[in-house]
Amino acid sequence: MAISNRLWTLLKDWAIDHLDPEVAARIDAIPREHLNQYGVDPFGFDPEIVKLIAPVLMVLYRTYFRAEARGLENLPEGRCLLVSNHSGQLPFDGAMIGAACFLDAPKPRVLRSLVEFWSAELPFVSTFFNRAGQVVGTPAVARRLLEMDEALMVFPEGVRGLNKPFSERYKLQGFGNGFMRLAMSTGTPIVPVAVVGAEEQAPAVADIKPVAKMLGLPALPLVLPQILPLPLPVKYHIAMGAPMTFEGDGNEDDDFIAGHVRDVHRTIQHMLDEGRARRTSIF
Amino acid sequence: MATRSTSTSSKTAPKATVKKPATKRAPKKAVIKKVAAKKTGTKVTAKKTGTKKVAAKKVTAKKAGAKKVTAKKATERPTAAKAAPKAAPTKAAAPKAAPAKRAPANKNADKAPAKERVLITGICGALGRMAAVKLHRRAQVIGVDHRGFADRPRDVEHHRLDLRRKSALALLKKKRPTTIIHLGVIRNPSKHKGNGSAYEINVEAMTRLIELSAAAGVKKFVFLSTSNLYGPNAKSGSFLTEDAPLHGADRSPEIRDLVALDMMTQSLFWKHPQIETVILRPVHIVGPTLRNAPSRFLRMDPMPTLMGFDPMLQLVHADDVIAAMLLALKPGMRGIYNIVGPGQLPLSRVVTARGKGSTPYPEPLLRMAAERSFRYGLSTYPPGELDHLKFSCLVDGTRAETELGYRPARTLEETVLAP
Repeated sequence: MAISNRLWTLLKDWAIDHLDPEVAARIDAIPREHLNQYGVDPFGFDPEIVKLIAPVLMVLYRTYFRAEARGLENLPEGRCLLVSNHSGQLPFDGAMIGAACFLDAPKPRVLRSLVEFWSAELPFVSTFFNRAGQVVGTPAVARRLLEMDEALMVFPEGVRGLNKPFSERYKLQGFGNGFMRLAMSTGTPIVPVAVVGAEEQAPAVADIKPVAKMLGLPALPLVLPQILPLPLPVKYHIAMGAPMTFEGDGNEDDDFIAGHVRDVHRTIQHMLDEGRARRTSIF
Repeated sequence: MATRSTSTSSKTAPKATVKKPATKRAPKKAVIKKVAAKKTGTKVTAKKTGTKKVAAKKVTAKKAGAKKVTAKKATERPTAAKAAPKAAPTKAAAPKAAPAKRAPANKNADKAPAKERVLITGICGALGRMAAVKLHRRAQVIGVDHRGFADRPRDVEHHRLDLRRKSALALLKKKRPTTIIHLGVIRNPSKHKGNGSAYEINVEAMTRLIELSAAAGVKKFVFLSTSNLYGPNAKSGSFLTEDAPLHGADRSPEIRDLVALDMMTQSLFWKHPQIETVILRPVHIVGPTLRNAPSRFLRMDPMPTLMGFDPMLQLVHADDVIAAMLLALKPGMRGIYNIVGPGQLPLSRVVTARGKGSTPYPEPLLRMAAERSFRYGLSTYPPGELDHLKFSCLVDGTRAETELGYRPARTLEETVLAP
């Protein structure tokens, strides 16, 4: 085991030495106030791990998806809740939004997102998510992250957005009310984000739900191209809107909350339509 | 009166008992009361020189409320000051005349208004010993354990008992404890040798203690439970509060008796609300003298781990747990409290901090090996415990901080290096 540990250390050192100096500067600028003497925050996030992830993310962001982001100056400091559409079968859109906020935003931030609990059952994936700041999501955890003044990214559509068939693309699915109550009770501004391009990365012609149920998966889309969980090299367009603040304590009636949720929903749908209209080609 | 007291001092010196320097006839009762009020309570086992009535009065005064006793002290201070010069020459004689079993009468340093009688079960374990050392000066400590306690402090009473027996209950009722600290729980069932399963022993002992609390007028019941009862799993999320359900026995059936004990103690809240019940749920306790599972695991070199998993661990030093216990003894403290350490860190960093190695095993392999060897008695490591190497189970300690005033004194580094 000592040999593999030494190899791992060598690999890490090599990766860090060959890191782009601008990116290295951004990583060093990540606030470290919540870190203890062992370099982790209460949930297990270690900013040093970003030095290892950054090269991979940069390849995906700049070379593969050639992502273009606009409105990143809207990313505030302090606590904020990024609300985005979810699409494309595979959750690369979250990674690309995170990459944009880290590599391109004038005020770089590491986004925290809530992951599904079954990811904690997977070896390596669970540890990777944890060190990269992505936490198994419960409402209490979300609240705690916001109270630590972190930037939290949520997808209120959930798997509904991720696994919708190709014919339904860019039709924003329904939002739950939870994220709004959370934002209001913690005094967190909501930042609307729209991702155009991810829908086409893995177009699904059908969703074989019975087989999915048997296998214990949330859905089993028939994807073109099949076999490998690799998305097509579509071009990502990420748009970030101005932060929206909603006054209140989050305990209001469902109707009142639903009204605010509709506002956010409408804003993101509008940003999606705008993005599609502006787009000249998918790739 | 003043002259008579000094002249009769030599007369009364041989008569002087552990109790007090009785100076003369007329104010004898008054002086007894005053000096007894200065002392921190009276013992039932004191020599019968008519002070039992005073003792009984003091006990009833205590039951009525600690505040009352201090109020008495306050009003008696001016008169006590007058009695002091009178009593001073005889006080010097009194400690010499009788073996000083308690703090001498002129020591007014005890902060507690009356001397508690603290029953500690499982006193022979590492935590029990630490608790006895901390408490024996300020309270009468009565130890109960199925093991002997040869090297105990002199003023600690020890009874080698099986708590399941009714005879134990009868004996302990006579001792009239004011406080019970229940540490005597078998937490390592396969290592336990004796008649009866660990489940049966634990539950029976708890039943007896609950009976004892009700019958003997116990005022405080402190139970050392554990945060393991929440159960490390994928779904719970992090920083569980005391209201989180206890899922631990789901995947680790060997701790179902510990869950039962926690629930039984909770029943005291409504069955006997006059008892201040405190349930402490510490995270993994580690310490140099401890031989519990977390301490033994951290001492291993290399530590076995599950390949691909690196959960966050919360550790707490035994000294900090004892500090929390002492805070729980304060009057007015009741409830369920998670007791956390100074922070949390990944298992891999615990390994490197301790300078040890670790050997990762693929989970299906290690789980199968653990299940087989546990079933055939080849190992004492229950397979459910492997979940601690897979999932984080972080608990929130805010309630203990706000209500008990508990903060861990040890740093994270000291705690990690402790075992």
